[in-house]
Amino acid sequence: MIKVENLTKTFGPKVAVNDVSFTVARGEVLGFLGPNGAGKSTTMRMVTGFLPPTAGRVTIGTHDMLEDPVPAKRLIGYLPESAPCYSDMTVHGFLSFAAEIRGLRGDAIKTAVHRAVEMCFLENVLHQSVDTLSKGYRHRTCFAQSIIHDPEILVMDEPTDGLDPNQKHEIRQLIKRMGEKKAIIFSTHILEEVEAVCSRAIIIDRGTVVANGTPLELKRKAPNAGAILLRVNGVAAEAVTGKLRAVDGTERVQLVKDENGTVTARVFPKSSSNGEFSKAVSVAAQGWRVEELHVEEGKLDEYFRSITASDTAKK
Amino acid sequence: MGNITTIAKRELSAYFASPVAYVFIVIFLLLTGFFTFMVGGFFERNEASLISFFLWHPWLYLFLVPAVGMRVWSEERRQGTIELLMTMPITPWQAIMGKFLASWAFLGLALALTFPVVMTVKYLGNPDLGVVAGGYIGSFLLAGAYLAITCLTSAMTRNQVVAFIISVVICLFLILAGWPPVTSILTKALPDNRWIVELVSAFSVMTHFEDFQRGVVDSRHLLFFLSVIGFSLFGTSVVLRGLRS
Repeated sequence: MIKVENLTKTFGPKVAVNDVSFTVARGEVLGFLGPNGAGKSTTMRMVTGFLPPTAGRVTIGTHDMLEDPVPAKRLIGYLPESAPCYSDMTVHGFLSFAAEIRGLRGDAIKTAVHRAVEMCFLENVLHQSVDTLSKGYRHRTCFAQSIIHDPEILVMDEPTDGLDPNQKHEIRQLIKRMGEKKAIIFSTHILEEVEAVCSRAIIIDRGTVVANGTPLELKRKAPNAGAILLRVNGVAAEAVTGKLRAVDGTERVQLVKDENGTVTARVFPKSSSNGEFSKAVSVAAQGWRVEELHVEEGKLDEYFRSITASDTAKK
Repeated sequence: MGNITTIAKRELSAYFASPVAYVFIVIFLLLTGFFTFMVGGFFERNEASLISFFLWHPWLYLFLVPAVGMRVWSEERRQGTIELLMTMPITPWQAIMGKFLASWAFLGLALALTFPVVMTVKYLGNPDLGVVAGGYIGSFLLAGAYLAITCLTSAMTRNQVVAFIISVVICLFLILAGWPPVTSILTKALPDNRWIVELVSAFSVMTHFEDFQRGVVDSRHLLFFLSVIGFSLFGTSVVLRGLRS
C-alpha cells in the first residue's frame, strides 16, 4: 500500500532524510523508531504529501504522491506530531468538517462521526470547544479525525505522546486492531510499544535507515542477546568469572554486579547456537547457590542504543 | 467546488464562533455611520447621494479588512492545522479560494448591513439607485482587494500582528498613490513627466474606486480590482508552496 523509494529531503545544507526506502503492505503495522531529530517526522510528512521530497518517490496505493496527490491523500488518515485541531470548533463540528472534506455527505457524515467518537471515547466532550479540552482529549480528537473516513492507510506521528497509561493502552489496542486490515505507520519513542503493536520496525538515525525487521529480529541483534545471565550467592567474584571463562565455548565473561556476596555475571558464547552452551554453563555452576540463570533474549532498547548515535553522549 | 464550499463554511463558522465577527460588524457600522453623518457632512451636502458614505471606505477598510484577514493563514500556521489542511484530499487552490471567499462573504455581509444608510437617503430624497449600486459594487471589490493582500501577508508569517501591520502598509500605499494631495505634489514635482504621475496613480485603489462612486462600472476598474485579487491569491499559493519545501 505504501511504497517509499530513495526518499531524500534537504533543508538548505542540512540533510534531514537521506535515501530512505521501505514498503508497508496491508495488514502490517510499521513502527518508526529513532532519536529526536532523526528524520521520522520529516519522512512522515513526505509520505502524507505535506512536504515535497527533494528526491525519491512516494507511492500510495497506485497513486504517485507528487503527480497525483488528491487521490493518494484520499487513502490516508494522518495524525501529525502535535495533534493540531481547529481550536475554535467543537469536537463534533471539527469531526464533521473532517468527514465532509474527506468527501462524505449527508448521513454518511453522521455515521462516520459517531463511529470515530465511539472508537476514541469522545462522547463526554462531543459538544465542547476544542479550546477547552485537556491534552489527552485533544490528542484523541485529532486521532478521531485521522480515522474518520476509515482509511486504508494510517500515518501517525507519536500517537500515544502525552496520553496517560490507560489511554496509551487503549490507543495501542486500537492500532493493533486496525492494523489487521490497514497499512499503518507510526512513530514512537517508546520501545515496548513497538514490541506490543508492530509487526515490523524501522530504526532511523540521522536521516538514514539503520535497521529494518520484526521486533524479534531486532531484539536478537541486541549486544546481550544470547548471553547467559548467572546470579550466584556465596562465591567470590574471581572464582565465578574464572570458572565461567574455562567453560568450553565462552567468548568472554562480564561481571555485572558484585554486592553483599551475590555475584551477577554475564557469559557470552562464541557462536549463537547456545543450547549446548547453556547446559555447559549450568554444569559449571553446579555446587554454587544459583539464584538466577537464564538466556537473555536481548532488549530492543539495548539494540536501539547500540546503533543510534545519541546527541547527549560524550565521545 | 464542493471542497471550496466545505472550507468556506468552516471558515465562516470560525468567524461567528468567536466574538470577532460581531465586534467587527458593530465597529464597522458605527464607524461608517460616524464618518458619513458627522465627518462627511451628509446633511450639509443637502443632496440625495451617498458620496459622503463611500468616500471613507478606503480609509475604513485600511484597518478593518486586515483585522479580518490577518488570521486566515497565520492562525493556521501557528496552530499547525495547516499540516492537516494540506494533507486533506484537496488542492491548495481550493483551500486558498475557500478561505478567501469566506472572508470576502463576511465583509460583504458587513457591507450589506449598512442598508439603513440607503434607506435614509431614499426617505429624504430621490437618489439615483444605479449610482448607489455602483458604489456598493466598488466598495465590495475594494474590500476584496485589501483582503487578498492580507491573505498574502498572512501566509508569510505565523504572527497575526505582523500580518496586520504589513497589510496596512501595503494598502496604505495603494491609497496614497492616487490620493489627490499626493498626486498634486507629484504633479508639481514632475511637471514635464505627467506619465509618471499617471503610472503611479494607476496603481491606486482611489483612482479606480472613484468611478464606481459615480455609478460607473468600468471594465478597466473591474479588471484592476480582480487582478489585484488574482495576483495576491497567486502570491499566497507561491508562499504556501515555499513553506512546505
